[in-house]
Amino acid sequence: MTTKELQKTAQELRLTVLEMNHKAGSGHTGGSYSCAEITTVLYEQFMNIDSSNPKLETRDRFVLSKGHAAPTLYVTLARKGFFDKEILGTLRQTGSILQGHPCMSKCPGVDMSMGSLGLGASVGVGMALSARVKNEKWRTYVICGDGELDEGQNWEAFASIAKWNLSNLTVIIDKNNVQLDGTKEEIMPMNDLKGKLNAFGLKTMECNGHDCEELESTIKAANEDNDAVVIIAHTVKGKGVSFMEGQAAWHGKPINAEDFANAEAELTATLNNL
Amino acid sequence: MSKPQRLIFGETLVELGSSVENLIVCDADVSGSTQTKLFGTKYPERFFNFGIAEGNMVSAAAGMASTGMIPVVSTFALFLALRAGDPVRSLVAYNKLNVKIAGGYAGLSDFADGASHQTIEDMGVMQAIPNILVLCPSDITTTKKAVEEMIKYEGPVYLRLSREAITQEYDENINFEIGKGITVNDGSDVTIIGCGIPMRFARCAVEQLKTEGINARLIDMPTVKPLDSKIIANAATETGAIVTVEEHNIFGGLGSSVASLISETNPIPVVKVGVSDKYGESGKYEEILARAGISTEEIIKAVKKAISLK
Repeated sequence: MTTKELQKTAQELRLTVLEMNHKAGSGHTGGSYSCAEITTVLYEQFMNIDSSNPKLETRDRFVLSKGHAAPTLYVTLARKGFFDKEILGTLRQTGSILQGHPCMSKCPGVDMSMGSLGLGASVGVGMALSARVKNEKWRTYVICGDGELDEGQNWEAFASIAKWNLSNLTVIIDKNNVQLDGTKEEIMPMNDLKGKLNAFGLKTMECNGHDCEELESTIKAANEDNDAVVIIAHTVKGKGVSFMEGQAAWHGKPINAEDFANAEAELTATLNNL
Repeated sequence: MSKPQRLIFGETLVELGSSVENLIVCDADVSGSTQTKLFGTKYPERFFNFGIAEGNMVSAAAGMASTGMIPVVSTFALFLALRAGDPVRSLVAYNKLNVKIAGGYAGLSDFADGASHQTIEDMGVMQAIPNILVLCPSDITTTKKAVEEMIKYEGPVYLRLSREAITQEYDENINFEIGKGITVNDGSDVTIIGCGIPMRFARCAVEQLKTEGINARLIDMPTVKPLDSKIIANAATETGAIVTVEEHNIFGGLGSSVASLISETNPIPVVKVGVSDKYGESGKYEEILARAGISTEEIIKAVKKAISLK
């Protein structure tokens, strides 16, 4: 896809997520929006996958460590052909393959069930080590939230990425600076994230997580690097809807009819200008 | 012949390493204690030491299993069941991933280190999590076979291991099957069902009871979950009273599961011998076991109580 097409695809994804979460009466809109471009760029420009063979052994792996951004992953997987787009409307309903958080045994294309925060980077470590043992070329991508970096296990994972120099693993931190109860600063300050990662022995790259061109070039550079790289993608929680942006309240708030109409209008207007 | 159970575990992994190419062994800085270092020395490219980071190790193993590998994660039972409890539950069990969880130094077998390193809760945790099999073998033959069978089995398994030396009680040709109990001694007055190290006390108890004219059936139960419901139902019908023996808290372990099963199928008395809901302590192994409530004498007492309740 061209950069313009990527930006449009991510914006269309936001509209679909809005409908899904509105219909479901629950769901995490803020965090789904902050990683809309990251997920889109990964799946359109990088992930080597085959929707007709979701378990293809040589496929690239994707771990959505911030599992609450499931709607963004679901829209992406449906667009890539892993399941019918009509299923998107069943999010969080009884019997749906689209659980509130991604479940690998129910939803084709999900490489690991996620939801309990702070585990995804470690899962990525295991996948990357496997590829190394098997001498396979596929890559593993992990999207972590910056909120979940409160969990100490991430730092165990970062230490092990550095120890084994897992250059076949790309961890992207969706740094939207807001968690459930408030801002990162209020709840658990991260201070110098880049400095911390560097101190763990990891190379870091930074980019604007809503600019598809920057995202693509940064991920490409990380993939080509001989050292393990963590990408810090600077994002905005609730990106695209002015009354949601940067608001902890929109971490997982039901969307009422009025908010839905306003959000839809704003997202559509932006889409039409892209 | 006797040998530390951990050594049998380590040696069996090495044996399997040549034929099972996708076998990976992970440890959390105690590979010298758990004996996974033997595998690490032989197959360094398939051995990963995660340091003292059990949650990271188990989560990474989930990632490995999702790509077709068979990872064995090994450290002290306590840290697998509780420190890494979330990834065990949310990744390994929920997704039925082919991870083998080998909890070493279980029960009070890390006797000198004291309660901080002893594990009386692990089978309770593992049994309460769907999709995980729980194995607790008692002798050399069944330990070796348990390791082999858990690697063959497709799905999550918790293998409970002791620091302690164990003896060879069964012939190598014994028909070991996951989910099946082993009748060690036939008897009609009462049935003793045990697992793990305290089977040694159960064997002594059976002999002493014989001198008192009590014929106890003895069943070794190397699979705690799923329980061998048939062998238990037969024992209940034929002997009318059951005593369970384990090196675990009396809540959540073998005894709880047997009692729970029996109450729904063949309601008869079930008396539990195990750690009586308190923490262990430092000391000599058999001394602290006895102080916790596990000894030949306690089993004999429990047998007489069970018979009196018939």
